[in-house]
Amino acid sequence: MPASTDVAIALNRFGLGARPDEATPVEARRALVEQFSRYEPRPPAWASQPGSAAIIPRIDALRGAARAQAPDAAGEPAADSGRRSLRRDLRADYLAAADARLLSALDTPTPFVERLVHFWSNHFAVSVDKVVAAPLAGPHELEAIRPHVLGRFEDLLLAAETHPAMQLYLDQLRSVGPDSMAVQRVEARRPERKLGLNENLAREILELHTLGVRSGYTQADVTEFARALTGWSVAGLGRGAARDTAPPGSFEFRAALHEPGTRTILGKTYSQRGEAQARAVLHDLAGAPATATHIATKLARHFVADTPPPALVARLADTFRKSGGDLPAVYRALIDADEAWAPAPAKFKTPWDWTVSALRGLGLRDLDRAHAAPILAQLGQPPWKPGSPAGYDDIAASWAAPDALLRRVELAQRFAARLGDRLDARALAERLLPGVLTGATRKQIARAESPATALALLLVAPEFQRR
Amino acid sequence: MPTRRKILHALNLGGGALLLRPRLLFAAPGRGRRRFVFIIQRGAADGLAIVPPLGDPAYAGLRGALVPEGAVKLDAMFALHPALAETAKMYAAREALFVQAVASPYRERSHFDGQNVLETGGGAPYTLKDGWLNRLAALLPDDGEHAIAFAATVPLALRGKAAVTSYAPSALPQASDDLLTRVGMLYAGDAQLHALWDSALAAQALAGDAGGRRDAASLGATAASFLLRPDGPRIAMIETGGWDTHSGQNGRLAAQLKSLDALLAALKAGMGAQWADTVVLVATEFGRTAAANGTGGTDHGTGAAAMLVGGAVQGGRVIADWPGLARGALLDGRDLKPTLALDNLIAGAVAACFALEPARTADALFAQAGAARPLEGLVTRT
Repeated sequence: MPASTDVAIALNRFGLGARPDEATPVEARRALVEQFSRYEPRPPAWASQPGSAAIIPRIDALRGAARAQAPDAAGEPAADSGRRSLRRDLRADYLAAADARLLSALDTPTPFVERLVHFWSNHFAVSVDKVVAAPLAGPHELEAIRPHVLGRFEDLLLAAETHPAMQLYLDQLRSVGPDSMAVQRVEARRPERKLGLNENLAREILELHTLGVRSGYTQADVTEFARALTGWSVAGLGRGAARDTAPPGSFEFRAALHEPGTRTILGKTYSQRGEAQARAVLHDLAGAPATATHIATKLARHFVADTPPPALVARLADTFRKSGGDLPAVYRALIDADEAWAPAPAKFKTPWDWTVSALRGLGLRDLDRAHAAPILAQLGQPPWKPGSPAGYDDIAASWAAPDALLRRVELAQRFAARLGDRLDARALAERLLPGVLTGATRKQIARAESPATALALLLVAPEFQRR
Repeated sequence: MPTRRKILHALNLGGGALLLRPRLLFAAPGRGRRRFVFIIQRGAADGLAIVPPLGDPAYAGLRGALVPEGAVKLDAMFALHPALAETAKMYAAREALFVQAVASPYRERSHFDGQNVLETGGGAPYTLKDGWLNRLAALLPDDGEHAIAFAATVPLALRGKAAVTSYAPSALPQASDDLLTRVGMLYAGDAQLHALWDSALAAQALAGDAGGRRDAASLGATAASFLLRPDGPRIAMIETGGWDTHSGQNGRLAAQLKSLDALLAALKAGMGAQWADTVVLVATEFGRTAAANGTGGTDHGTGAAAMLVGGAVQGGRVIADWPGLARGALLDGRDLKPTLALDNLIAGAVAACFALEPARTADALFAQAGAARPLEGLVTRT
């Protein structure tokens, strides 16, 4: 029954998995588009989360304490314990934000858009193994990603790059113009100090966030872009904070750190002064054809297949270009693509996908006193911790592994234990996998030794491991 | 040869064990030291391997390679599976008794439905919404301390009007062998998952099964630590799964029983002196086929084995109205015929444990299933 498969695809491939307590959509494609008008950038699950404005002063305090602990200062126990408690607070911020992210995914009335939030958050990845970025990963998603997933790519790009999480993660605060006023002053006093560019942010914007790797830019382009970016900073952080004009945690342009002069990037000259220079570069990068292809490829890979069909990528890239990076237009083109509705599920769920869909499938909206981050760490995908700015892989080869499968089974057993016989797995399976459930899985579920085992089997069934 | 041999193994009370003792009055007990624990075996544990009737002439022929080697002789007819080494010591110390050919009123062979009857105490599946263990809790004075389930959620047997709490250790439990086997069957037709799963199981086998036993022992110790408090819960329930041994029964059942044995031993050790006031019931939804199947296992049956363990148990005996395993004696030509009602066993054990009047207890717990006749003399009265 093709119509029934469409429903399963809308729920599982585009969405985050069916919930037994929600009505099944009638018209699969239209139901997806309709989510755009109902999406909430700041849903209840996130409401109580602290933003960058609250967190940046604490990070600044921790960095101040770290400086005070420099080798020449003999071990001062009081300062040390203050530092430990600051670290504890920041770790608690991370745990709470990861919980908010999961609860939002369980609760959302717009699971397709929520999936896009996760997609873009991973595209503009910050990784919490960099300690200073850890408490800001949640605010990055909340403040930079969520408000712009249904907007223009350029706005999303600008929000993601200027956010303090990205600037701290990619070392932007260390990058200063070698000929800037501030560096000239410092070097006049202390000639032995070498201050200069850090190319990290510039390189990852080109390689990961916009044009894509091997798309034709050179090392000279990276360096020039890094020069254009100098002066970008975060209000309320570091020694320059006293002169900041923006509220703590906001973007601050520190003109004294900006490398003066005209820049040439990808053959184009940028003669803007100050802050406007890097913004002009980002504007051009957002509109570059290579960016359209890069984004189209990643979206098609996420929704259709590990190796996306070239024709689909071309159509999505075309829409991206013609619409000026209007993201809903690109999403509509994806929904209209027949390739996205192929009945055979080509995508193996990531641990995040699987956990979210399993909890949703059981009708749960909470974690029963557990935290999301350790659960996902056991499965191999702790939130916002891909370990590199490239984000987590979006292909089966990275996730379909023996031990990972075993852990899903163990976790399915634990999730199912919360329900026991309160849910009948036999009926639930038909509900969650309409038109997709195979006779073999149906049989194994019916034969399970207990209602909880039957639920666990449903959650690890081949149809449930893929989308 | 008689078609049905009656064997009443009751070292202390002889045949009197099966008689009603209606003279006791219903009495509300004080706070008391008595504790009752129900360990449910989900998946139909094979009573014919756990308490093998080695003295039955048909047994070896039916079971073949599934006859446990090195079983500990309990009496002229029955033995105990060798994996239950600590439980065997409790039997020798008269702190454990085994019941054979016992069953709930359920006579079909669905796990879901059978467990529903076992836990509700109803006469048929889905006729009751609450569990007999909760109704038992309601018979005890409400002094604020609730019955407890050592599980993520409250199992059906403990659900109902009386307030109940639950406690689950936070560590990720190992998947049971049963679940692993079923997942293997689930992936049989999926090339990618099938290959991954095979290598996962190979790695798992290298790690050994010591983890399961460790988990069971720590669960027993945890349960005891709750029950031991002077104001602790008087009623507890512990869930065990993995008893559905359709294939590879010898190895899997031995591992299951080692875990159960570790759980019981840890409970005993943890309860200390109060073990003398403790009664543990181990029961399953139904038994397994009298004969081995073609895959080294057994299929869903009817008559099962149950255990009562604890210092308050009048142990050291096997209670059975043994129907025998001769072809004509089997239920539907395949299952051990149940000759003892599990409801009677439970009603008698809990009434004595908490000094309740047996008939009224039976009524409160199992009236919907029909008049239970509580077995007397299973447990010492306080």
